[in-house]
Amino acid sequence: MEKKLIYMDNAATTKVKPEVVEAMMPYFTELFYNPSSTYGVAGEIAQEVDKARETIADFLNCEAREVFFTGGGSESDNWAIKGIADARKDKGNHIITSKIEHHAVTHACQFLEKNGYEVTYLDVDEYGMVDPKAVESAIKSNTILITIMFANNEIGTIEPVKEIGRIAHEHGVLFHTDAVQAFGHVAIDVKEMNIDMLSASAHKINGPKGVGLMYINKSIRISNLIHGGGQERGKRAGTTNAAGIIGFGKAVEIAASTLEERREHEMRLRNHMVSRVMEEIPYTKYNGHKTERLSNNASFCFRFIEGESLLLMLDMAGICGSSGSACNSGSLDPSHVLLAIGCPHEIAHGSLRLTISEETTLEDVDYTVDKLKGIVERLRSMSPLYEDFIKKGGND
Amino acid sequence: MSQATEYSKKVMDHFSNPRNVGEIEDASGVGTVGNAKCGDIMRMYLDIDENQVIREAKFKTFGCGAAVATSSMATELVKGKTVREALEVTNKAVMEALDGLPPVKVHCSLLAEEAIHAALWDYATKNGISIEGLKPPVDDIDETEEFYEMQGE
Repeated sequence: MEKKLIYMDNAATTKVKPEVVEAMMPYFTELFYNPSSTYGVAGEIAQEVDKARETIADFLNCEAREVFFTGGGSESDNWAIKGIADARKDKGNHIITSKIEHHAVTHACQFLEKNGYEVTYLDVDEYGMVDPKAVESAIKSNTILITIMFANNEIGTIEPVKEIGRIAHEHGVLFHTDAVQAFGHVAIDVKEMNIDMLSASAHKINGPKGVGLMYINKSIRISNLIHGGGQERGKRAGTTNAAGIIGFGKAVEIAASTLEERREHEMRLRNHMVSRVMEEIPYTKYNGHKTERLSNNASFCFRFIEGESLLLMLDMAGICGSSGSACNSGSLDPSHVLLAIGCPHEIAHGSLRLTISEETTLEDVDYTVDKLKGIVERLRSMSPLYEDFIKKGGND
Repeated sequence: MSQATEYSKKVMDHFSNPRNVGEIEDASGVGTVGNAKCGDIMRMYLDIDENQVIREAKFKTFGCGAAVATSSMATELVKGKTVREALEVTNKAVMEALDGLPPVKVHCSLLAEEAIHAALWDYATKNGISIEGLKPPVDDIDETEEFYEMQGE
């Protein structure tokens, strides 16, 4: 029983599907050729790479030539932000983003700030929602880019992307969205949703690590981040990662055909987990939006306890989760996302993120909640904060 | 996060089976150090006999794996020692006894040392005695008061 491993950290990464591995395998061995080479066998691989590009373009409702493969989600985010900042430096130097972005966006913005750019970090509400009206009021004559994530990695909140994109276009500003967590989990139509650029990653949707993409609307001029050869239409140099891209294409193909059933399965189990946790574990906060959120994400803060201790004890019980506690990051500050939604430091330290998958079962969820209950109770019995709270008559 | 593999076996042992968790009623000395904002609070209870020997040590800790393990080890190390000897249980001694800590967790061992000193200071103050080499604890737990106010439900 204790030996079984329950993986509840699918927002960190996912298991590569056997079909995906199978699709990739030949491109490591007999079809190892460089797709940019002249000979026929190499050209055939280039065609397979383009097929993957088409699959992904169909999924996003864009053209194949608007899909650029990268080394991952962080690279795509960096490229979007630094590439537009450079290409549009004559038009302006102001970027609008939010306080709950992934570090790939936040730290790229901070880098630009050191280099003379101006960045507005928008507040979010208690559910992690960006207010489109706040986006609009932040736009200035020198604004060149709005970058707001599609869905948050810690609390799962899905942002009003379509409305933000509409506002951006009304003001002639480009709109980029970091869709690393949403891509393959939520239906995305870049045309309908007014998205100019979008970052995504293969390993979050049962594809391989080390492959990502950026959708870039064909009308947009962007500077290169990686200089070198002529791969990816001269925009992103580096030998084509044929196996990775072909695996990515396969993962998208599967994700597209299973999207709705996965969503329903995950929602049912997630909602069961959340209602059990909230009913059975006192002094707990459920983070994020109730309805506008990723189907596989549950995020909690357990008062009086600290996240790393919680994770270590869950690990001993065979459960893999994640936390936004300071000890998790090596800094003294807990997650910027939890702070941005108004969690006090003290409470943000006791956070736990559980992200399920289509493979998660009801038994997994019930086992996890049972174990979690005992662990939270045990850590609270060791906590001086809990002791003081009870002594002050805080007991319900 | 990779703390589970970065911690020594001893740290994991003291984290998963912490020694001396709890409170001592009418303790000779109690010390609370750290602050909730930064994610670590340690409280140490000491029961000290008339010969200034520590009969019993207990702790409660809010914090990471290293914070729990250093508290546990600190209580083990001071038990049976005189108050003067207990002063020599430094953060280094706690760390060595745990076969080391990852660099980002060294502050936890400092907190354990401070907890011992704070409890001894409380004991000395209550009994009107002075322990040579013992300094008053640094008061950095102010934020916890705000914390309770914020928690008031």
